[in-house]
This record gives sequence, C-alpha cells and structure tokens, in this order.
Amino acid sequence: MGARTIFEKIWDDHAVIQERGKPNLLYIDLHLVHEVTSPQAFEGLRLKGRKVRRPDLTYATMDHNVPTENRFSISDEIAKKQMDTLVENCKEFGITLADLNSPEQGIVHVIGPELGLTQPGKTIVCGDSHTSTHGAFGALAFGIGTSEVEHVLATQTLWQAKPKTMKVNVDGKLGPGVTAKDVIMAIIGKYGVNFGTGFVIEYTGQVIRNMSMEERMTICNMSIEAGAKAGLISPDEKTFEYLRGKKHVPDGEDFDRAVEEWKALATDDGAEYDRIVEIDGSKIVPQVTWGTNPSMCVPVTKAVPSPDDFETEGEKRAVQQALEYMGLTPDTPIEDIEIQHVFIGSCTNSRLSDLQAAAKIVEGKKVAPGVRAMVVPGSQNVKEIAEQEGLDQIFIEAGFEWRDSGCSMCLGMNPDTVPEGERCASTSNRNFEGRQGKGARTHLVSPPMAAAAAIYGKFVDIRKLEKEPVGQE
Amino acid sequence: MKPIVVHKGKVAGMDRVNVDTDQIIPKQFLKRVERTGFGQFLFFDWRFKKDGSENEEFELNQPENRDATILAAGQNFGCGSSREHAPWALQDYGFKVIIAPSFADIFYNNCLKNGILPVTLDEKDVQYVIKESQAADYKCTIDLQRQIICDDSGFQRIFDIDPYWKEMLINGWDEIDVTLKYNKHITEFEKQHRL
Ligand code: SF4
Repeated sequence: MGARTIFEKIWDDHAVIQERGKPNLLYIDLHLVHEVTSPQAFEGLRLKGRKVRRPDLTYATMDHNVPTENRFSISDEIAKKQMDTLVENCKEFGITLADLNSPEQGIVHVIGPELGLTQPGKTIVCGDSHTSTHGAFGALAFGIGTSEVEHVLATQTLWQAKPKTMKVNVDGKLGPGVTAKDVIMAIIGKYGVNFGTGFVIEYTGQVIRNMSMEERMTICNMSIEAGAKAGLISPDEKTFEYLRGKKHVPDGEDFDRAVEEWKALATDDGAEYDRIVEIDGSKIVPQVTWGTNPSMCVPVTKAVPSPDDFETEGEKRAVQQALEYMGLTPDTPIEDIEIQHVFIGSCTNSRLSDLQAAAKIVEGKKVAPGVRAMVVPGSQNVKEIAEQEGLDQIFIEAGFEWRDSGCSMCLGMNPDTVPEGERCASTSNRNFEGRQGKGARTHLVSPPMAAAAAIYGKFVDIRKLEKEPVGQE
Repeated sequence: MKPIVVHKGKVAGMDRVNVDTDQIIPKQFLKRVERTGFGQFLFFDWRFKKDGSENEEFELNQPENRDATILAAGQNFGCGSSREHAPWALQDYGFKVIIAPSFADIFYNNCLKNGILPVTLDEKDVQYVIKESQAADYKCTIDLQRQIICDDSGFQRIFDIDPYWKEMLINGWDEIDVTLKYNKHITEFEKQHRL
C-alpha cells in the first residue's frame, strides 16, 4: 500500500464492507450519547424489538439542558423528562451513564478525552455536530443524526461515503495573546462556513504541533463550523502523554503497545490530499465575530464591515441581514462594541487551560458595571481541579458567576440565556441568530478575549494589556 | 419510510444562504422525546412574531408559498447543529423535496434517512426556481428514478444522487434492516479485531 493519510488508515481499518461505488459500512469503536438527540433513537429500537449491539462501546451523559446552578431542582418539566428518559433508556439497554450525580458528568466532548474513552485510531460518533473535537487525538470522529444514532445502537456500524481529504497546514509561530480559538476562527473567517463540506480536514504544521491537547481540541471542535465532516490531527508524544493514566486507557505494557500502534497512525510522508490550504500562523491576531455565522469575523483591530465590501448580491444581503440582527453599523471599530454578557464555557473553550487563561486576565480586577459574566466549566472534573487551583475564587472575587458543568449559554436550552437585543462575548462556537436566546447577539472570541471584555465592558485587544499575554512560547 | 418515486408539488422559494438548523428548528423545541409534531415549530423565530401572530414577511407565510411541498433555498442549507429535528420539522410541515446549490453534510444525510429528497442543482438553476416560485401556482416535478427535475414551462435538469440512497428511497427501505443482513460480516469483523 502506498503512502496514506491518518484518515485513510483509520477508514481502511474500520471498513466492514467496502464495495466499489457504494458507501462503506464502517465499524464504530465508541458511541457517545446525550439526552437531546437520543430519545427517538431508543424509541425506534423499542418499537422494533431491537437491542443495543454493544452497550460496552456506548457511553452516555447529560449536558445540553442540565441546569448549571441548583442542578437537582430542575424547574423545566420537559427538560427533566428528557433527562429522566435518558436514565431509563440507559438502564433498559445496559449503557453506562454519567448522570448529574456522577463526578464524570460534563459536556460530552469534554469528558470523552478526560476519561480516556477518546483514543487515537478510533472511530467515534455522537448525535452532536461537535464530535469533531475528538479528532484532536487522531481519531475519526464525526457528528450524526438521530436515525444514525439508532443505526449505531442497533448495529455498531454506519454506512458512509468516503469523504475527500484536505490538509490545513498552519506554519510559523503564534504571536502573544493569540490562541487556538483565534487560529480556527481566522481560518473560517478566511475560507467560509462551507469550505470543508465533503472533506475531512487534517491540521498540520508547526503551530499545531506546538499546541497542547486542549488547544488542539479547540481547533478540531470548530471543524464543523467550516462544514467539514471531521477534523483530525496525527497523534504525537503530547497525545500519548495526555492519555497516560486516564481511566479507560490501557496501562503498563499494554499502554506501551498501544502507543506503538498509535504512532503508526500518523500520516505517511508523501501521502496525498485532495486539497491543501496553507496558513501563516504568525499573521493571525485575536478574532471577534460581528455577524451571525462564524465566518463573519475580523481581527479585533478592525471594524465591522459594510455590505459594500462584499461581491455577490447574496453575500451583500446576508451581511445586511446579519448587521440588522446584530444591531451594528458598518465601520464601527470592534473595540467600540460594548457587551452586557460574558460566557466562558462550551465544548470549544471550557477546559482547564481555557479557564486558566481567562483567570490570568481577570485576577485582581472587577467585572465592569452592567456586565453579567459567567464561567461554566466543561465537566465536573474540570470544575474540581479549577477549584483546587483557586480559579473559582479569582472569578468569584472579580464578580463572575461560577457554575456547574453543562452546555449552558452555548445554546441556552437550560435557563442560561441572553435577553433579546443584548450582546454577549462568548467562548462558544456558534453565533447563529437566536442561539443564546431569542434576539440574543453573540460575539465569538477566545477565553482571554472574553475575560478582558468582562473587565472592560467592551472588546479590547488583549495584546495591549500589561500582563504577560497567554499564547505559545 | 415512505417510498418516493415521483413527486409533483408547489415550490416555496427561500432566497437565503447558510440557513442553519438552529433557524429551521430553534432549540426550545428540542426537548420533546417524540419524532412527530415538529412542523408547528418549523422556522419558529422567523415565522412568528413576538405576540405569536404570523410574520407576513417571512417567505413561508406568503400566500404563493402556502401548501408548498418543495423548498428551494440558497447554498449550504442545513448547516450547524446535527439535530434531526430539522428534517422532522420540514417533513411534518409538508416538505418532501428540498432544492439547494449545496447542503451541509449531516443535514443531507438526515434528510435521506427520513425520506426527504435533497436535490442539488447549480446556483443559477436554483435561482431560476426561486424566482419562478413567486408565481402563485408554480410547481416542479421530481422523478427520482430518472433523476430529473422539471417544471411545466420546459425547465429540465438532471440531478445527482448516490445510487445506494436512490434505491433506499425508491423502495422505502429501513436502513437498519438492510445492515442487519450483514450481521455475519460485522460479527466476523469484531472477532478479527478483538473488539
Ligand atoms: S457546548 Fe454547545 S456546541 Fe458543545 S455540545 Fe454543548 S451545545 Fe453543542
């Protein structure tokens, strides 16, 4: 066999049926389940009298509509029913569930890696588009719909047409204050929300190699915002070190053997891609979105664009609509935009290093008057470690709310929402209309940028703050 | 799944790009544990005003678009969240076919699995259909067997669809039933890979 990409290796290793001109039947190694996209799938199984084929390869948690304060007094009856339904379904079908009582509970894409369920070379699916996060470990991980959830539960496989491959190579060195979030936002800002459609993206280059596993997760997480089927990164020493000692990772000699296998997954020299994109990392600066999809973003140093800056009629109209929704006028400098809410959380940016980076900006300062700021750790585990490090105190003293883990204001299915017409600096991944609440105006940013916005009540270029900014050494 | 072979129906045009699934079915309606009854919430925040009355400016509320069974929209339709509630809502509302220059991957698959036919056409052809749909009774016919879409005034295009899905849709097969025929292969695979 010739030189292959990591994607091709994983694909070939998992094809149960490979017939020419047809979708392949892929074996799924890990199926993550949450409360919102699974009830109809379990119901489907029941109606047909089917079982879950591999409960041992299935792991469930609740995250989307869990309350992040007073988590045991759920006032929303329908949300409660959905969570209770998951509890019953997991019991009936023999699936392990991290429920609200569990120290393992958290956002599904945060806990998978944390528990070592996510491993290089695995095929991983979940009824959630940000499953691409797990690709940071060199796994082929993608989001699926509820019918596919049912299909995987019943058969542990999926029919899939083979996607094309794209390499996004980020070379150079990131400047101070520039984070993984800014890198992926800059890429989507430049190439648009559907440049990845039909592709699996592999991220390569010095900037990616220098990143920690948590930063790589942020990159892969937002691959779906570029429309990609999945995003992944060949595993290296950092991957193995992260996984060593994690609950579901083999130990001792078994670990060494696993590492040998994982090493062999990395893309071979000379492997070919269907498309290659080159990015100069040293040119990237902190990003802020101004519109209603993640590609509508600009460097913090710039201003809100005008519909006239765009070429096609369709683009002009989309920009016009976005500006109306966002209540922004063209040419307003980003640093003049005032915000009323700050949300630090979501599967993009709620891991320990994200909270550390935000805390560094916040320490010893106070949230600006009129701003409501909130930190929602990605998992109960992240929360616990952050508290051991005293991060909670830094945030609370500054005037932030410190919550239990969950998706929270990323999509506002629980009571955490942004009121109509108000503006939120958010570390999440989607600034769609109504995402954080009906009429809510979302600006996506990195954790330190969100933290700074909380302190100043508006966007600021964190590179100008006196303290040593975060970023790669 | 109900088979689709030929469908003729009224077209509603929606000249917007990057319509995301958060718009198709806003999150406040995702808490139901059933598969049905989502049509009333389709495009909820666009379709209804704050007081609950219909927003007349919204495309689907315009008289010429009532009772449409075919939706024509701009590129990257269905992007964002993987929620299958989006095709459930479109279907429950009455749509059987969606036409766009491009679709988001997960949404495209979700449509097929629910017996909604996503038809990808060139941008200018979609624009033509959207424009024509402003006429009160504009209809298109989609013949899946021949992979042809046409209207009554001579417009006719061939569209692509994966042969696997074409067969599934035409026969209305349940995909899990099909896969379970390969049970032996799956078990064999598990053995070989010590899974
Ligand atoms: S944090 Fe947001 S994007 Fe991530 S899984 Fe939850 S709702 Fe989805």
